[in-house]
Amino acid sequence: MGQYIFKMPDIGEGVTEAEITEWHVKVGDKVADDDPICDAMTDKATVELTAPTSGVVTSVGCAAGEIMAIGGDLIIFETEGGTESPIPTPIKMEAPKVEKPKPAPKPTPKPKAKAAPAPTVVSTPSSKPLASPAVRRRAEDQDIDLSLVPASGKAGQITHGDLDAYSKGGGSTLQKLAGGTDIKVTGMRRIISKRMSESKRRIPHFSYVESIDMTELERTRVHLNATRVPHQPKLTLMPFFMRAMVKAVKLWPQCNATFDDDADVITQHNPVHIGMAAQTSGGLMVPVIRNAESQNIWQLSSEIARIGEAAKTGSIAPEELSGSTISLTSLGKLAGVMATPVINRPEVAILCPNKIVDTPVIENGQMVVRKLMNFSTSFDHRVVDGFHAAEMVAYIKGLLEHPATLFID
Amino acid sequence: MAEHFTCDVLVVGSGPGGYVAAIRAGQLGLDTILVEDGKLGGTCLIRGCIPSKALIEAAEKFEQAGINASGNSGIGLTAATPKLDFKQTIAWKDGITEKLSSGVAGLLKAASVRVVSGWAVFENAKTCTVGDDKITAANVILATGSKSVELKGLPFAVNGDGPVISSTEALDLTKVPKKLAVVGAGYIGMELGIAYRKLGAEVTFIEAAKTILPGFDKQLSAPVSKWLRDHNITVHTNSFAQSVSTKAGKHTLTYADKDGVEANLTCDKVLVTVGRIPNTEGWGLENMAIDMDPKNNDMFVKVDGKCRTSMRGVYAIGDLVGEPMLAHKASAQGEMVAEIIAGKKRTFAPAAIPAVCFTDPEIVSVGMTPAEAKGKDIAITEGKFRWAANGRALTTGTADGGGFVRILALKDTGRIIGIQAVGRHISELSGEFVLAVEMNATLEDMAGTIHAHPTLSEAAMEAALSALGHPIHSV
Repeated sequence: MGQYIFKMPDIGEGVTEAEITEWHVKVGDKVADDDPICDAMTDKATVELTAPTSGVVTSVGCAAGEIMAIGGDLIIFETEGGTESPIPTPIKMEAPKVEKPKPAPKPTPKPKAKAAPAPTVVSTPSSKPLASPAVRRRAEDQDIDLSLVPASGKAGQITHGDLDAYSKGGGSTLQKLAGGTDIKVTGMRRIISKRMSESKRRIPHFSYVESIDMTELERTRVHLNATRVPHQPKLTLMPFFMRAMVKAVKLWPQCNATFDDDADVITQHNPVHIGMAAQTSGGLMVPVIRNAESQNIWQLSSEIARIGEAAKTGSIAPEELSGSTISLTSLGKLAGVMATPVINRPEVAILCPNKIVDTPVIENGQMVVRKLMNFSTSFDHRVVDGFHAAEMVAYIKGLLEHPATLFID
Repeated sequence: MAEHFTCDVLVVGSGPGGYVAAIRAGQLGLDTILVEDGKLGGTCLIRGCIPSKALIEAAEKFEQAGINASGNSGIGLTAATPKLDFKQTIAWKDGITEKLSSGVAGLLKAASVRVVSGWAVFENAKTCTVGDDKITAANVILATGSKSVELKGLPFAVNGDGPVISSTEALDLTKVPKKLAVVGAGYIGMELGIAYRKLGAEVTFIEAAKTILPGFDKQLSAPVSKWLRDHNITVHTNSFAQSVSTKAGKHTLTYADKDGVEANLTCDKVLVTVGRIPNTEGWGLENMAIDMDPKNNDMFVKVDGKCRTSMRGVYAIGDLVGEPMLAHKASAQGEMVAEIIAGKKRTFAPAAIPAVCFTDPEIVSVGMTPAEAKGKDIAITEGKFRWAANGRALTTGTADGGGFVRILALKDTGRIIGIQAVGRHISELSGEFVLAVEMNATLEDMAGTIHAHPTLSEAAMEAALSALGHPIHSV
């Protein structure tokens, strides 16, 4: 018999703590080698930690939802057979204070990335709201869209009572509401909240918006898509923006930088690792396109698709969520008129293309229709001067309006 | 004397779609005219659902009498060899359809619906002629129904002259054919083929698909297949009927068998039941400027969720607008359309439309099947209960042909999304099944509802218990 203290493993570069979101075992459980024991969430990803040995769980280091420091005692097993036991300690629990001779530990179980827990949704074969035929008929009679009615019934069903509550007030569908819902900020939301406030608290942001004529670039992109060979991915605008960023930060290296404001050190990076904001079911994630400077337009496109999908499905590796040097964020089809994006600290710049709109423009006294797009940016004013930011954005505008220049050195 | 009628609502076709629409429209105070060329009641009452059920019932009784006569009934009952006066059987069946048809006439009259007898031909979307008369309506409900599909090479007999018949003629034969070939082993062919087997015919099926009852999954159709085997019915699957020839009064059906080799089958009648197509020709549809549904090669009239066609004020319901081509769907749409015309807000959005197959044993299917759930990536829990463990099923012979009730629920909430069953005399359970799905019942609801003992309905409760992991009467 022996005791095995499994310490919270280092589950990603720069990670110092993790939230244990869920325990899969409890004290007294018998576990086998490689059985899942808990889910740990960092600001990079959620990983499933597996048992490094087989044995009986005698103690766990924290409750679900609590934070565990890397290296802390995560879980203690009582193991059978001496050789298996890497820490020959007496059965009596004693906090190992002195540094023990580290037995060759079993390789840290490889953390498997896991999808962030999605909010519980009642899955239905169709997206139709659930209600009995009589309730559906009443709702239709009263012009009530059932998808707006909060359901209280079993399996997410809208009851007659729900309909009454909704339509109270002389058949009006508008009603006064009271109360609210308290949601404990945990997991991914907690990480997002922490990072956002840190960024806004520490960084004096300034935003700058330019209008860019995308007509030529769109023409180029449509042509490339029409003539691409089967193995080439379909191009979105993102790889073109990335090309432009790569070229621009060569001339304005202060924008491809990270700022350690505790140490007062700005690091200007040679590689361009572009963080790409992606909405997932669990919230915002920023997967990273590494060495964008070394990838052509097709490679970038494939990589964007791969990493975006990995982020959405949760199969992304923690290292793919860190190390970015500048960020690009886009709201896809929504895109909007303009934005004031929040800088992904410790980076110093973030770029955000907005919606392309067919717009009448006066050219040589004639009105012509051009595809105009606003291009929003935010910079860390401690590192980047407004003049330089404006210069760089003007340069990007020039590149995008003359697509050939994206590919000419 | 030619007359010109006007009305609020003109219904064309008096099947279960049209007559229900007309009655409801009349009830709601709308001035309504119903045009019908034949007897009131349409395919369902006159040459479909009802007469076929009459024939099936008669066949079942005759078969049972034969079993009793053989001394093999198992319950110690013996009787003299039964004799069947098939002409009387048909007359009895006609009596039932007659009664229902006049019942429909009474209901229409009570709802103040004017019935015009004749064939309507539209000259524009709101006006039609019937003989010399003309009818102009503010609203039109098209309920023209469907007809049997005719196969190339196997033209239907005209006026009963010839061996090839559709389901319509199969319900009006003067004698039971000695040898009956049934082309198409879907639910209509199966129901009639099995009935004629019970009445003494030697029955052979020719089916183009690789299984019988292609609309149902293998688990559900297996007990029917077993019945066919036990009753010496040959089924040629993957086979295609080609032609019929007659020599010296003998008919021969030629078909390509599963290896593509030509084969022959002598028979007295060839019943062709390979499907139904909507009646879209011969009544001026082309003059109405109505869009057809491109999803089905323009076979059906295109309608929206309120059965509105592309022409304002013109509605279409039932078989004319697409699958499932079932009477109860048509009725529900007819009732809805009448209410919409009367100013009510209605949409056709059922959670499920039950399908019942009156074979031996009978099949009921409501909502989603396991294969459909799998195809849509829906996580489900499944529970099954066999008739062999239901007391009442043993006494009624329901368990004789095997069979079960199968219940499907969403894995996360336990909400029931489908119930299917196969077994003798179980069609009446369809009501409970579809109510459970429409009311979003969960497995706990079904399991927690006390079902009368001893009844077949207990099996639904047991299937729910089985899905919950703790069945009482099975292990």
